[in-house]
Amino acid sequence: MGEEPMMAALWWAVIASGLYHGVNPGMGWPLSVSAALMEGRRRALPSALAMLALGHFLAMSAILLPFSMMFALVDWQREIRIGAGLLVISLGVFLLIRRRHPRFLARVPPSQLALWSFLAAMAHGAGLMLLPVYLGLCGIEDTEGGHQAAAMLMSDNIGIALAVAASHTAAMTLAGGLIALVVYSWLGLKFLSQAWFNMDILWALSLIVVGIAGLWTAL
Amino acid sequence: MNLRPDPTFHATPKLAMAAPVETLAFTLMLSPDGSQPDGLAVVDVDPGSDTYGEIVHQLLMPNKGDEFHHFGWNACSSALSPLTGHAFLERRYLIIPGIRSSRIYVIDVKEPLKAKIHKIIEPEEVFEKTGYSRPHTIHCGPEGIYVSTLGGGGKDGTDGPPGIFIMDCETFDILGRYEMDRGIQDKHYDFWWNLPRDYMISSEWGLPPQFENGIVAEDLLSNKYGHKIHFWDLRARKNVQTIDLGENHQMALEIRPAHDPAKQYGFCGVVVDTTNLQGAIFTWWRNDDGTFEAKKTITIDPQPASADDLPDLLKGFEAVPPLVTDIDLSMDDRFLYVACWGTGEMHQYDVSDPMNPTLAGKVEIGGIVKKTKHPNGNEFGYGPQMVEISRDGKRVYWTNSLYSTWDDQFYPGERGAAMVMANAGENGGLELDEKFWVGFPDGYRSHQIRLEGGDCSTDSFCYPNS
Repeated sequence: MGEEPMMAALWWAVIASGLYHGVNPGMGWPLSVSAALMEGRRRALPSALAMLALGHFLAMSAILLPFSMMFALVDWQREIRIGAGLLVISLGVFLLIRRRHPRFLARVPPSQLALWSFLAAMAHGAGLMLLPVYLGLCGIEDTEGGHQAAAMLMSDNIGIALAVAASHTAAMTLAGGLIALVVYSWLGLKFLSQAWFNMDILWALSLIVVGIAGLWTAL
Repeated sequence: MNLRPDPTFHATPKLAMAAPVETLAFTLMLSPDGSQPDGLAVVDVDPGSDTYGEIVHQLLMPNKGDEFHHFGWNACSSALSPLTGHAFLERRYLIIPGIRSSRIYVIDVKEPLKAKIHKIIEPEEVFEKTGYSRPHTIHCGPEGIYVSTLGGGGKDGTDGPPGIFIMDCETFDILGRYEMDRGIQDKHYDFWWNLPRDYMISSEWGLPPQFENGIVAEDLLSNKYGHKIHFWDLRARKNVQTIDLGENHQMALEIRPAHDPAKQYGFCGVVVDTTNLQGAIFTWWRNDDGTFEAKKTITIDPQPASADDLPDLLKGFEAVPPLVTDIDLSMDDRFLYVACWGTGEMHQYDVSDPMNPTLAGKVEIGGIVKKTKHPNGNEFGYGPQMVEISRDGKRVYWTNSLYSTWDDQFYPGERGAAMVMANAGENGGLELDEKFWVGFPDGYRSHQIRLEGGDCSTDSFCYPNS
């Protein structure tokens, strides 16, 4: 694949993963329906979504930003990509074997949606799922511009990281928000128990697939 | 783990009411003298079935002397909270504690007619991991399965206060104590919560020496049983407020919050007011600033009786107290059922306005003095006690035993176990179903009832009715 189609594909992967996270009830859209119903006004739905989005964005950034700094080590890019790929694969394998939910999430009060969303994304490796895609994007940018000064490269990488986190979160919020709105306005909460599928295995497999793809492109 | 949420999990109370009706009930059987093992009876409650009203399966435990009392499901509608990620649990196991032995049984009822023991937690493990004893009420919630206890450590359960401990909702391992800051709470009985508002309410019976060998009359008359209710920050595990109902309001037992979490009130039943022998219901509510209040909204008068008709304990009073031993709130939060175990009455209150309940229906059956027979002609021993309401609110089931040693004081002699059902009118009214009568094996008494697919004292909800 050429660089431009590759780049487009990677950006689509960012968006697609956002949609994927967004439709997963485990990433929080039912909470925004609940918030609107509890407060008895529709306006509470977007506010709750915004809190969830904030938490998710911070979780993405918390994973991507350290790598954006590391990735400025031009000579080690390949190793970092391999390491990141392995990390993502191992989390996928771990989640596949240990099919339990992190108990600390149950201690977060329902009023703290942003904190909850941040921790839920971290615990499930939502940020890690983006990592190989993001490193792929940085890699292309880098080869396009030739060898830049490390400082410039780093600020580019940070820019990409924030753009990736933001567009992923936007896609997620759009998908989750749309479902939440439709459920709140038309379908009712019966839809919740009907449409909620156990994505644990799919999620873990997604991590493994993304990790392998990252490895493969790095090698 | 399921691929879809268990079909018996419902997002809202309204959806739970619309779900298919129960065809089976699970009722605890206890051997009051410990001469036989306690057990779980599976009762056919499908009116279209040939075995309607019969025990179609019974599972006896491998131990004696457990004294079964309350029990609960491993998972309920609260599992649909996306906050906790338990949506794919199955409502499959009944957690049955023995309040005398402190042993806990986990019973697999996936195939109800082949109900089997899945796990037994021995008393020593409960003592060691929690410092509590005499496990009682079971609720599944955010951090797993919550178990209230009636006793602290030591042989007589008075070494430290009783409290709540948490069990893992998948492995059933005991994780440890719930409380981080219990405040002045030093007795325990029931507890329940409002999940999205993140608060819990707990109540008080008495310490083990006050109930295990029977009611202690001196303690009752000197108001030494529990009379406080405690409000907790559920996830912070902190007692944020305690309300003293007044020391004459002895034994604040069942806590029944409105099922719809948008409503911020609930009820608590008080067994007896020692100043006048009344039974009482308090309505408690949460203010916008997060503080709680409680007010007595129902009183039930004692009934005059001749000393000759009364057991020794009551002879001096020449009256029979109602003894409000259990209450249960219908899924639509409209009707509160109040068991008057002493007088032998089941009251149905319309609590649409929770501050002004009105009596909507009443059934008389059993009772210390009246001994009212069932419409089918059978003697109903003891009085109406543990009450359970079908999710749709149309059928109300109850049994007749309170607690082995207390049964013997208020109703001397063996009076036989029973489970009956009354039909509730859409706008109130209560009438015993002549055709429904469950007989139990000799020597057993009957206690709490759980209904297939959840019931009104099991399920808590994370989403309000829309």
